[in-house]
Amino acid sequence: MSPLRETVETVERASGEYRYGFVTEIDEDRAPTGLNEEIVRFISAKKDEPDWLLEWRLKAFRMWLGLEDREPRWANVHFPKIDFQDACYYAAPKQEGDGPASLDEVDPELLRTYEKLGIPLREQEVLAGVAGAGNVAVDAVFDSVSVATTFQDKLAEMGVIFCPISEAVRDHPELVRKYLGSVVPQGDNFYAALNSAVFSDGSFVYVPKGVHCPMELSTYFRINARGTGQFERTLIIADEGSRVSYLEGCTAPQRDENQLHAAVVELVALKDAEIKYSTVQNWYPGDADGKGGIYNFVTKRGACRGADSKISWTQVETGSAITWKYPSVLLQGDRSIGEFYSVAISNLRQQADTGTKMIHLGRDTRSTIISKGISAGRGQQTYRGLVRVQPKADGARNFTQCDSLLIGDTCGGHTVPYIDVRHPGAEVAHEATTSRISDAQLFYCRQRGLDPEEAVSLIVNGFCREVLQQLPMEFAVEAQKLLGISLEGAVG
Amino acid sequence: MSEPLLRIRNLRASVDGQEVLKGIDLAVAAGEVAAIMGPNGSGKSTLSNVLAGRDGYEVTDGEVRYDGRDLLDMEPEERAAAGVFMAFQYPVEIPGVVNATFTRTALNAQRQARGESPIDAIDFLKRARETLGRLEMDEAFLRRDVNAGFSGGEKKRNEIFQMAMLEPRLAILDETDSGLDIDALRIVAMGVNAMRDGRRALVVITHYQRLLEYVVPDSVHVLADGRIARSGDRELALELERAGYAAFQPA
Ligand SMILES: Nc1ncnc2c1ncn2[C@@H]1O[C@H](COP(=O)(O)OP(=O)(O)OP(=O)(O)O)[C@@H](O)[C@H]1O
Ligand SMILES: [Mg+2]
Repeated sequence: MSPLRETVETVERASGEYRYGFVTEIDEDRAPTGLNEEIVRFISAKKDEPDWLLEWRLKAFRMWLGLEDREPRWANVHFPKIDFQDACYYAAPKQEGDGPASLDEVDPELLRTYEKLGIPLREQEVLAGVAGAGNVAVDAVFDSVSVATTFQDKLAEMGVIFCPISEAVRDHPELVRKYLGSVVPQGDNFYAALNSAVFSDGSFVYVPKGVHCPMELSTYFRINARGTGQFERTLIIADEGSRVSYLEGCTAPQRDENQLHAAVVELVALKDAEIKYSTVQNWYPGDADGKGGIYNFVTKRGACRGADSKISWTQVETGSAITWKYPSVLLQGDRSIGEFYSVAISNLRQQADTGTKMIHLGRDTRSTIISKGISAGRGQQTYRGLVRVQPKADGARNFTQCDSLLIGDTCGGHTVPYIDVRHPGAEVAHEATTSRISDAQLFYCRQRGLDPEEAVSLIVNGFCREVLQQLPMEFAVEAQKLLGISLEGAVG
Repeated sequence: MSEPLLRIRNLRASVDGQEVLKGIDLAVAAGEVAAIMGPNGSGKSTLSNVLAGRDGYEVTDGEVRYDGRDLLDMEPEERAAAGVFMAFQYPVEIPGVVNATFTRTALNAQRQARGESPIDAIDFLKRARETLGRLEMDEAFLRRDVNAGFSGGEKKRNEIFQMAMLEPRLAILDETDSGLDIDALRIVAMGVNAMRDGRRALVVITHYQRLLEYVVPDSVHVLADGRIARSGDRELALELERAGYAAFQPA
């Protein structure tokens, strides 16, 4: 059976429990608990980094110290204060000597973990299994390190670089140095500064001029170790006239403690380039009483640097106890296009404050925002979005559609649009709706033979269709199932 | 005589604490087409909803046997899987869900509940196209969102399409003829007649004799003020058309 199909079937068999909650028993190499310059040096040394990067990290760390007690508090999320000294900032599966040169050298326990998760790491299986469904190259990040990246050779033939960022630092320092922090500077915000100081691994992508990347690139993030956070850093550069579609997926074990995930993702699209970035986020959401779950505090931003470039974010956010995330686009190039398609679910006691920022700088820039928020149980959901049109952005246009769907009456949905137009000719349109799944709709479905959960899943998938359509085919089915599972128990 | 497919005995039901069904007795045999007529507000839709198991209708007395089972004890989806279909007087819109997906999901949910294997997308499409063809409906129906933006008549025809696809054993049609133009009425009637195979039972709720010219009923019942006030054959429908419901209205 193909790994992808297996994923889908695993998900289908789901019983409403979080499926990915298991723990992998594996020896881990860990940094001492706490955060100080020594830890930053420890991480940098572990990765054998050049001096310039250590200095870059230390600068970020000092900025973070300056931002201490400056955690964002404007978001509509509530949680006890995090003790940043009571966490471990580096954990990696133990290995002999250098990193694995091939999959045969990867700890079999790790391979089994990814198998269980339905992530295809063995290229031959992918090739055998999903003929016709398109190929997917995967970078698998386990806690703080990348454990395997597939299809690197095939991609290299076309000049596409797809590797762990730590490897890119070693093999392509000029590219990393040029672009790292160029979209999200070290001191951008509290969590971005923290990430810049202690980031461990993540993916690096470079697509050369004129190349259309022949397969989906995908990173699969897994938090395993106890008491650790994950601070991955992803950097994607699409050179002139190139195109790439990238997808990230995330899961974590079910633990009573809260774990922090503070990633930074930077995208750079040069002239005529196009980046499509999709996320299916299913971190452990915590239990029905709000115990445990991941704090997902993420800074994602793309820069449409060149004319006629395009960046499109699609996210399906079903997991995490708390989500704080605003994938944004800086529309610098003339006629560049930014898109944000989002589905976010808050069930149980999940809290999500998510949205986007579209900053129009160039002429005739366009942005589209489609946000679908679903709240159920005691979930709280806020769409927070900014559309800014700068004085020089002649002919800028934005269209925003924010729809909230409420299931039951103990949840909440909120919409907070900020519109900041500094150009008199800008066209900015905002539409918002709030609806409930009506008893009439539910009964109609049940009369046709669907049980209440199937009915909710169907109606919710319909509600999100515009967004789900944006996902690469290979992942759309999985995302649909995930929506259904995330809402199990939402109707009594 | 064998047990009828559907037997309703002394059924009483309230909505919002108000008694609407005040002791209904009705039997419909397999193969029978029973027409129910009656003034507005007499309880026809309430009866359909109670039979289909909608929340908010409190059954206070009586019983309903369907195919040897206690119908009132079953969840709505169990009733559907057991072959009970209701064509809604006001079909519901489900934005974003296309008709093909909806109907196939429903069909497979029912099949699964009956322990049958699911129908795959290709077989489904083939059957759906044939059915649409028979009902003189455009294939574009399959790609449109369930009832969203449909005209009144299109919604009704969509109900008939779903019925034809789901092949129920007991179909309750609540004013499916209302709002149809003459051609649509003829086509819907044809769809309904296609269901008559001697084993299925149909309960046709209507205000108009016209539908009954096409779908000739075996029995006609007048529902007035929550009770079956009179039962007869098709002659009764003609009589009602002439004389109205005056004789059945509470003084
Ligand atoms: N959900 C409800 N809430 C309040 N009253 C209701 C509800 N459903 C039905 N009723 C009342 O019950 C009575 C019967 O309604 P019902 O819809 O069954 O009539 P009907 O015979 O189908 O009428 P029509 O021919 O107009 O469709 C009416 O007085 C109606 O107002
Ligand atoms: Mg009615």
